Amino acid sequence: MRPFVSLRAALLGFALALALVPAAHAVKPDEMLADPGLEARARDLSAELRCLVCQNQSIDDSDAPLARDLRLLVRERIQAGDSNNQVMDYLVARYGEFVLLRPRFEAQTAILWGLPFVVLLGGGAYLAVAMRRRERARAEAPLSAAERARLDEILKSDV
Amino acid sequence: MIVELGHYALVLALALAIVQSVLPIWGVAASDRSLMRVAGPAAGGQFLFAGLAFAALTWAHVVSDFSVTNVFENSHSTKPMIYKISGVWGNHEGSMLLWVAILALFGALVAWFGRNLPATLRANVLGVQAWVAVAFYLFVLLTSNPFARFGQAPMEGRDLNPLLQDPGLAIHPPLLYLGYVGFSIAFSFAAAALIEGRIDAAWARWVRPWTLAAWVFLTLGIAMGSYWAYYELGWGGWWFWDPVENASLMPWLAGTALLHSAIVMEKRDALKIWTILLAILTFSLSLLGTFLVRSGVLTSVHAFASDPTRGVFILVILVAFVGGSLAIFAARANTLTKGGLFAPVSREGALVFNNLFLTAATAAVFIGTLYPLLLEATTGGKISVGAPFFEMTFGPLMVPLLLVVPIGPFLAWKRGDLLAVAQRLAVVFALAILAVLVTWWLKRGGPVLAPVGVGIAIWLMLGALAEIGFRIKLFAEPLGVSLRRAVGLPGSTWGTMLAHFGVGVMLLGIVAESAWKVESILVMKPGETVRVDRFDLTYEGPQQVRGPNFDETIARFAVVEDGRRILTLEPSKRIFRTRTMPTTETAIATRDLFSQLYLSVGDARDDGGVAMRIYWKPMVLLIWIGCLFMAIGGTVSLTDRRLRVGAPTPRKTAAAAIALPEAAE
Repeated sequence: MRPFVSLRAALLGFALALALVPAAHAVKPDEMLADPGLEARARDLSAELRCLVCQNQSIDDSDAPLARDLRLLVRERIQAGDSNNQVMDYLVARYGEFVLLRPRFEAQTAILWGLPFVVLLGGGAYLAVAMRRRERARAEAPLSAAERARLDEILKSDV
Repeated sequence: MIVELGHYALVLALALAIVQSVLPIWGVAASDRSLMRVAGPAAGGQFLFAGLAFAALTWAHVVSDFSVTNVFENSHSTKPMIYKISGVWGNHEGSMLLWVAILALFGALVAWFGRNLPATLRANVLGVQAWVAVAFYLFVLLTSNPFARFGQAPMEGRDLNPLLQDPGLAIHPPLLYLGYVGFSIAFSFAAAALIEGRIDAAWARWVRPWTLAAWVFLTLGIAMGSYWAYYELGWGGWWFWDPVENASLMPWLAGTALLHSAIVMEKRDALKIWTILLAILTFSLSLLGTFLVRSGVLTSVHAFASDPTRGVFILVILVAFVGGSLAIFAARANTLTKGGLFAPVSREGALVFNNLFLTAATAAVFIGTLYPLLLEATTGGKISVGAPFFEMTFGPLMVPLLLVVPIGPFLAWKRGDLLAVAQRLAVVFALAILAVLVTWWLKRGGPVLAPVGVGIAIWLMLGALAEIGFRIKLFAEPLGVSLRRAVGLPGSTWGTMLAHFGVGVMLLGIVAESAWKVESILVMKPGETVRVDRFDLTYEGPQQVRGPNFDETIARFAVVEDGRRILTLEPSKRIFRTRTMPTTETAIATRDLFSQLYLSVGDARDDGGVAMRIYWKPMVLLIWIGCLFMAIGGTVSLTDRRLRVGAPTPRKTAAAAIALPEAAE
C-alpha cells in the first residue's frame, strides 16, 4: 500500500503525482491491550514514532502494514515490562533515529533544537542592548545652540 | 480554439508583465512621468489576459474537453459541476495558473486603488510586482503548461482525486492563494521603499490594508484546510504539523508579526527597518511554501533530484527574490532614518514583544520543516521531525505571547504604566484564575495543564472585551454615552478586540478538544450498542448507495441521549469508480452548540462487523470559530477610515485625525 500523503497534497489543493490512499483507521481494535494503563502508554509512544514508509505520519495514525507491525512491537515490549525509554531505545536500535518524530538532542540536531531559542534569546539580547544604548544616547545628547535658545525663550515667556 | 486563446492570453500577460517590470522603474530613474504611467494600464491589461487564460482553462474543464491533458488527468464527465470547476485548481498546472491570475489581480488592484500614491512609489511598486509576475508566468509557460493537448482525445477522463471532491477543498486553495500572493504587495512596497531609499509612516498606512486583506484570506484558508482535514480524513485530528500545513503557517505567523510592527511604524514612525525586513520575509516564506509544495521536494529529496525541472525553477525564483531583496535590504537599510524612541514598557514595547515571540515561533516551524531536508541533502542523515517536536518548541513560545496579548492594547504609546494596566485588568485576571480553579475542580484527574489553558483562554477573551469596556467607559458613564463612544471607536480598535477575542476562543477549543475528548475504537456488529460520553450509539447495519461517480456503503447509527433517540448518523465509505479509490465520509453531529459527536467508519469485516472510530469532541468547533473571529476582526479593521487606500482626504488632515483619539485618551 502506498503511504498516505493526501494531507500534504490536498492542503494546497493539488494532488497529482502522488498516489493517495486515504486513511481508514490506524489503531485497530484487535491490536489494543486489555490493560487500559498499558494501552494508554502504547498510544502515547505510538504518537512519537514514525511510520517509516509514510509521509510524516505517526504509527498511531498510519494504516500501512509496517505501522501495524510497529504498533504490535511497541505493545509487545510494553507487555514484556520495558519502560518507555527502553521501548524507544529498542526501536531506535532497530530502525535508526528516523523512527523518532521528535529527534533526540545531539550533535546533528543541535541547530534544529537550538534555532528557535537562539532567535528568541538573541533577539531579546539585541533589543535590550539597543534600547539601553538609545536611552543613553538620548540622555547624554547635549542641546544644540538653537534648542537652547528656544528653551530660554519658552522659559522666559512662560513666567 | 478557446484553449489556444487561453494559452495565447497567458503569453500576452507575460509580455505586458515584462513591459511593466522595466518601463516604470526606468521612468523613475529618468524622472519621466509618461514612462511611470505605463505601470497602471500594464497591470490592468495583465490582469485581463491572465483572467482570460484562467477562464479558458475553466471552460475546458466545464465542457470536459479531454483533448486537454490537464482536463483528462483531473476530470471526468460524470463529476458534479462544482468539482469540474474546482478541479481547475485541484492540480499542479491549474493551481499555478490560479496563482498567477491572483497575482495579476492584486497588481491591478494596487494600480486601481493606488492612484493617489506618490507617482514614483506607485511606479516602483508595480514594477517590482511585475518582476514576480514575470518569474511565475515563465514558470507556468515553460514547466507547467495547463493548456497542453493530446494528439488524439481520449473518451473519458481520469477523474479528480476523490479527496478533493469536497466543498471545503473547492474554496480552500483560492483563499490560501489570496493570502500567499497578497503578501507579494507588502513585498513590492518594501522593495520599492528600498529602491527609493525613503520610507515614512504613510508607507505603513498604505501597506497595512493589503497586508490585512492577505492575512484575512490566509487565516480563512488555513482554517478551512484544517476543518477539511478534520472531517474528511476521518482520524479526528485537525492539525498535523505536516510540512504542507507548516508551509502556510509560516507566512501567517510572519504576516501576523508584520501587521503588528506596521502599526508601530504607522503611529510612531519606529521599527521601520524591521518592518521592511518582515515584509520581505513574509513573502519569502510564501515563496518557500510554494517551493516546498510544488517542487516535490517533500515527497523525497530523491524524487526532487530525479525530476528537478519544476523544483529547480522555483528554487531559482526563490533564491533570486529572497537573495535579491535581502541584498538590497543590506545595502539600503542604513539609509533609512531611525524613528521614534520608546520605553520597554509601552505599546511599542508590547508590539516588539509580540514580534520577538512570533519570529521565534516562525523560526521553530521553519527549522522543523526544513531541517530533515537540509540534513539529508548535506550529510545524508535521515531524521524525522513531527508533531511532538513542534508541540515542544512552538507551544512554549506561544504561552508568554498569549499572556501579554490583553496587556498590550492597554499600554500607552512611548511610556506605559504597568501598574495602571494591572489595576484595570485585575478583575479579568481574577476571573481567569477563577476559571482555572473551577475547571480544575470540574475535571479532577484530567490533564494537569488543561485548566491553565482554559484560564489563559478566558484571560484573552475577557481582556479583549475589557479593553473596549474601558474605552467606552462602560458603567462609568451612562449607557447612552458609552454606546455613543462605542459607535465612535475606530474600526481598528474593534478589529483588534475581535481578533484577540478570537485567539482566546480558538485556544479554548484547542485545550478542550485535546484534553477532554473521548475516544472509542472498536468493532461493531449490527445491533450492538456502545456508550461514548453521555451518548448510546447503536449500529443498525450497512446500506449500499450509488452516487454520481462513486459507490457508497453507509453505516447507520442511532444516537440515544437520556433514553431518547436524538438523531441518526450515517458515516460512510465511498469508492470512487474511476480511480477505485476509497474515501471515508465522517458523520458529525454538533451538540451543546460547539461540541461534536464524530463517527468515522473503517474496514468492514467478514463476520459482518465494522471497525469504528467514535469521538466526543468537547468544544471543538471553537477552534474554527476563533479563526473566524480573527478574520472578521481583520475585516473590520480594514474598514477603518484611515486605512482606506482610496480615501480622497489629503494626507495631512488624515494624520491629524488619527492623532485626535490618541490625545483624547
